[in-house]
Amino acid sequence: MEIINFSYPAAATAHGQILVGVVGSGDLEVLLEAGQTGATTVCVTTSVDGCQPVWHALLERFFGSGEGPALRVEINDFGATPGVVSMRIAQALEEMNAAQGK
Amino acid sequence: MNSQSLLDRDSFIELNARSRARALLDAGSFRELLGPFDRMTSPWLPRQGVVVQADDGVIVAKGLIDGQPAVVLAIEGTFQGGSLGEVAGAKIAGALELAAEDNRRGTPTRAVILFETGGVRLQEANLGLAAIAEIHAAIVDLRRYQPVIGVTAGTVGCFGGMSIAAALCSYLIVCREARLGLNGPAVIEQEAGIEEYDSRDKPFIWSFTGGEQRFNSGLVDAYLEDDSTAIAAQVRTFLRQGRPDSLRSDCYAGFLARLAEVDTRVQATPAAVRELYKKGFQA
Repeated sequence: MEIINFSYPAAATAHGQILVGVVGSGDLEVLLEAGQTGATTVCVTTSVDGCQPVWHALLERFFGSGEGPALRVEINDFGATPGVVSMRIAQALEEMNAAQGK
Repeated sequence: MNSQSLLDRDSFIELNARSRARALLDAGSFRELLGPFDRMTSPWLPRQGVVVQADDGVIVAKGLIDGQPAVVLAIEGTFQGGSLGEVAGAKIAGALELAAEDNRRGTPTRAVILFETGGVRLQEANLGLAAIAEIHAAIVDLRRYQPVIGVTAGTVGCFGGMSIAAALCSYLIVCREARLGLNGPAVIEQEAGIEEYDSRDKPFIWSFTGGEQRFNSGLVDAYLEDDSTAIAAQVRTFLRQGRPDSLRSDCYAGFLARLAEVDTRVQATPAAVRELYKKGFQA
């Protein structure tokens, strides 16, 4: 098991709390909530060791632009493939946008 | 049964635990206690290199059923096989104890438990066992006031100490996909030998411990298709019936009498078990 933290510049704070997924085999859960203004933090706990570059590349695509809302993101991963991780994060962001009527 | 009727049906088994709880409560009444954002996670799993889940695999949902106060306790079978550790077990036990306290104070809170569990979480063995004992005590307390309804839909099933909890419920509902048993198939095979019990033979396993067999043996009260609407309706039917006249767990003398009749020299068959248990559980 490995815990990896990431931080990205971000815009104004988001609102609401979103949970998607489950910590089951090949799956993960993603928790989104409001972060500190100007920064998105991502804390990844994963059952698979040694995949930091993959997480870095994957999260960079979602949060690297610095234009998204400031979020506190927690990911509990149980061996999901990068494709599944991407879909779960996209699902969570979509639900957060929907909850805010965007 | 054709494919259209299957497509029209809203599967209960395909729902995650939170959605199952929501499906049983009156629309719009769902309110989660100790939810994922409270981050009451297992303190023991990370020390053993195991990833936690933010709700520790148990959803405590307060709300209304038929307009009456209710609490639904849903176990997420996908996380660690629905196993119960210190936190997950305490969430269920605590919620049941509060429901009993509600009743003593004049609020008729009822409880529904969605069993999807292999029993105790081995990484938290003693604490999990203690929590399951508390769940047993809490069910026995609460069922004096209100029916406690157990549902095991599948596909994890319900095993170990939590199968005892299921048997303590006032009413128990199963689907065909469910299994109910004290020991899991792999454990029985290990103890009794593969000639006696082949855990890889799924039709064989379900023929002994599956929902249909358990219903036909009189060990559960309702056997339903995997349909959210039907399960929610059956829960309401049992709640309207109120507390049953006799509890299954009070018939232990009858169970012991039936077990004493078993001839262990011949290989047991599902049909023989049904015949034996059809005699009823009166001593």
